[in-house]
Amino acid sequence: MGKRLVVIGNGIAGIATVDEVLRFDPDMQISIFGKEPHLGYNRVLLSEVLAGKMGMDSIYLKNRDWYDKNNIDLHLGVKVIGIDTLNKKITAEDGSTINYDSLLVATGSSSYIPPIKGVEKEGVFPFRNIEDTEGILNGARDSIYDGKVIASVVYDPEGILEKVKMSKRALVIGGGLLGLEAARALSLHGVEVTIAHIMERLMEQYLDETASGMLKDEMERMGIRVLLNCEAVEILGYPRVRGVSFRDGGIYDTDLVVIAAGIRPNLGLAVSSGIMVDRGILVDDHMETSVKDIYAIGECAEHRGRTYGLVAPIMEQAKVAAEAVCNRDGAIYEGSIPASVLKVMGINLMSIGEFSGQPGDLEEIVYKDLSASIYRKILVKENRVAGAILLGDVNDGPRILRLIKEGIDISSVRSRILFGDQSSGAAVMTDADLVCRCMGITKGMIVTAIEEHGITSLNGVAQHTKACTSCRGCSPIIDQILQEVLGGDYSVEPKDPPICSCINLPQRELREKIIEKGLKSVKSVLINFATAPGCDKCKPAISYLLNEIWIDDYEENRSARFINDRVHANIQKDGSFSVIPRVPGGVVTSEELRRIANVADKYKVPMVKITGGQRISLLGIRKDQLPFIWSDLGMRSGHAYTKAVRTCKTCVGNLFCRVGLQDSIGLGIAMESRFQGVSTPAKIKMGVSGCPRNCAEATIKDIGVVGIQDGWEVYVGGNGGNRVRSADLLVSVKSGDDAIRISGLFLQYYREDGRFGERTSSFVERIGMDKIKETLFDDSLKNVRLGERLDLSLAVLKDPWEEGSKPVAVRQFEELGAYEG
Amino acid sequence: MKDKMIKVGKISDVPEGEGRVFRLGRSEIAIFRLDSAIFVVDNKCPHKSGPLADGIVAGDEVICPLHGHRFNLKTGLSVGDDERINTYPVFVEGEDLFIEDGFAE
Repeated sequence: MGKRLVVIGNGIAGIATVDEVLRFDPDMQISIFGKEPHLGYNRVLLSEVLAGKMGMDSIYLKNRDWYDKNNIDLHLGVKVIGIDTLNKKITAEDGSTINYDSLLVATGSSSYIPPIKGVEKEGVFPFRNIEDTEGILNGARDSIYDGKVIASVVYDPEGILEKVKMSKRALVIGGGLLGLEAARALSLHGVEVTIAHIMERLMEQYLDETASGMLKDEMERMGIRVLLNCEAVEILGYPRVRGVSFRDGGIYDTDLVVIAAGIRPNLGLAVSSGIMVDRGILVDDHMETSVKDIYAIGECAEHRGRTYGLVAPIMEQAKVAAEAVCNRDGAIYEGSIPASVLKVMGINLMSIGEFSGQPGDLEEIVYKDLSASIYRKILVKENRVAGAILLGDVNDGPRILRLIKEGIDISSVRSRILFGDQSSGAAVMTDADLVCRCMGITKGMIVTAIEEHGITSLNGVAQHTKACTSCRGCSPIIDQILQEVLGGDYSVEPKDPPICSCINLPQRELREKIIEKGLKSVKSVLINFATAPGCDKCKPAISYLLNEIWIDDYEENRSARFINDRVHANIQKDGSFSVIPRVPGGVVTSEELRRIANVADKYKVPMVKITGGQRISLLGIRKDQLPFIWSDLGMRSGHAYTKAVRTCKTCVGNLFCRVGLQDSIGLGIAMESRFQGVSTPAKIKMGVSGCPRNCAEATIKDIGVVGIQDGWEVYVGGNGGNRVRSADLLVSVKSGDDAIRISGLFLQYYREDGRFGERTSSFVERIGMDKIKETLFDDSLKNVRLGERLDLSLAVLKDPWEEGSKPVAVRQFEELGAYEG
Repeated sequence: MKDKMIKVGKISDVPEGEGRVFRLGRSEIAIFRLDSAIFVVDNKCPHKSGPLADGIVAGDEVICPLHGHRFNLKTGLSVGDDERINTYPVFVEGEDLFIEDGFAE
């Protein structure tokens, strides 16, 4: 029979530990006591439940199956009232006793009620339930985790919300994280709110004077008054509050008072059991208390003089405690770096580690822009980051946290340390780093879910992991992780991601295997390598690969193509399509314009729009109109609907421009005419400028050419989309022909090695310019082959709009019923 | 029985693995042909009215081309979201496909 672990507390800390214990020792017999009658749940989300945004079912940390499956002896709604440390036995309030081999105390904390006269009056509410204050032995009600307010005004069985609505003015006592978030919550209900804070600045535990001052300005900008050095001494009025009097003699008229003056660890059980406590239950580096085999973690524990009320440290502590419980000696806990985030709508604030220091001890690197409300301060000790305050933009938080955790010497990057690589929030996180602080979801959990379930959207991540279902503050980071995993716009990828959940192979490997086995249809590829029927991710990717590998010697399967590639037009939000004919270099004849105008009239085209790529788009076209419109236009497809070479934007160049150095129009037309429509992993936009003034914006194109005094510069990997990226210079050449030839080599390299859906901006960052140059210029064998293969692909290209008169699928453009004989 | 049936087309009108639309008045249904089985469902995605007949099929599910919502063609239930589309029994007589009148209501 396995050892018995008894856990007092059914919250995040207790359950996280049990989770870890079960990994190490599935035979451990586990009993959990929870004071509350519910299964363990994530308190952070209670407000969402009460607001009706989430069901109670979705905030349980574990469902009942989990308790059952792991044979957990669960005691809900039962307080533990005594620990007999000598006989290793606990006693619960229902009189039951149970022996333990190891005991975990995870009793959390309760709200602190300051000694103010009259706090019992009507209209005065602690931020959490007042019942909690009476000597609770385990389980903290409405605790705060991770600096995030839980219940605020919404969670209250007495109906505070109703009372709030009737109130016109409210006073929040306490200017810490809790008080600020409470104040903002109240103000959103239309109440006039004032914060009374006993200290000389807001959030004094986390912020320096400057940041506190700026925060105060921001709160006041939101209409929330802030009184500092202001101590409430008495609640006035009877039976209901009418006002509050302060130490300095001032009186504030109000009919609602919310007390958010901090939390206190729940220590009663530990004290009465003879376990040593100070501010919290004292624990060593194995999370063991002064009594052997009794461990404590979470908000009730004090380690090396510190207590933590944040999710991340609790998770770290849980791992260590679990190892100790299972007699695995490896892990020790050396403390956490507190990183607190204030989540108040409209304010971004993060405080990490140390925030101020004595002169000579800590150096400060500061950026301050008062009118833009941006403040960034990094504290440096012996060339290592010791802490930071970020106000206005917290995306950089994970990077700084990492610098602190790893103790990285920053001397070489010191001049850039304040701003670093701003967009790389997710990229510098480890799998163990928390992304969603509300639900306790790590980056690793999200990455695994993305890979296992083929997730491609934030919603998908939310559904599968529950990350980002509460405050949603982590959505930018999750976006970055998605891009990172799916090869979107990020270069740092730990490994080659599989194509999707159907095919567990990276694209590179799949490509090799398709060639090796000579597979020439989507079906045969799926039969050989897929574990699922094929989906909207892998089918188009396989179709692309077959075309790229076998050129025209493969079986094209339109059911494996996205609708745009079935009908050669871009589907719009209403199911209609856009038609963009090709006008190489953006140069169009009057005759073509006349035909476009005639089509617009004849088919009553809802909108004719000049595009960003120097073309003309006909919008709102029905699918069945496409063949007729193509025929009337008598122009080639512009491929503006597909992953292929699209357009080449040009400036006027030396044909007309008085400062033009080169014939950009001529080169642009030649480039577009040569490469038009060849399939690529993601769309290709090109540009040619006739001089370095670069009016064609060639340096934010996938392939851009810029005329210089005696030749051309070729750039690759630019992007003007959601992450603007300046293209990298590939080479300078003398002639336009060379520019086209080298662009072609790059294009083919990208066609063969780019991941489906990966733009050149990401491709260039992933492969690196050095490798690209080496392949295109030094490896004579490879570059000759690249050129040859591109030529073969270009040689067989057909204008897809020819399918208008020669459809390749049954009723390719028509609905059923039409043309019924 | 024929009186209550509407002919929506022939099996050969729908390519294997794809969907096609049948329209009656303002109502639209999507007809899919998958491994010789025929499925008939609402054409409009409940999310933003995307044309499901234009979606890629994954197994017995279709993925809306606009925003990727996913529906089981047999049950009409969405995968992941709380949405559903109507499914309609289809009758095959020789090459012809019929569904019961009334879908347009």
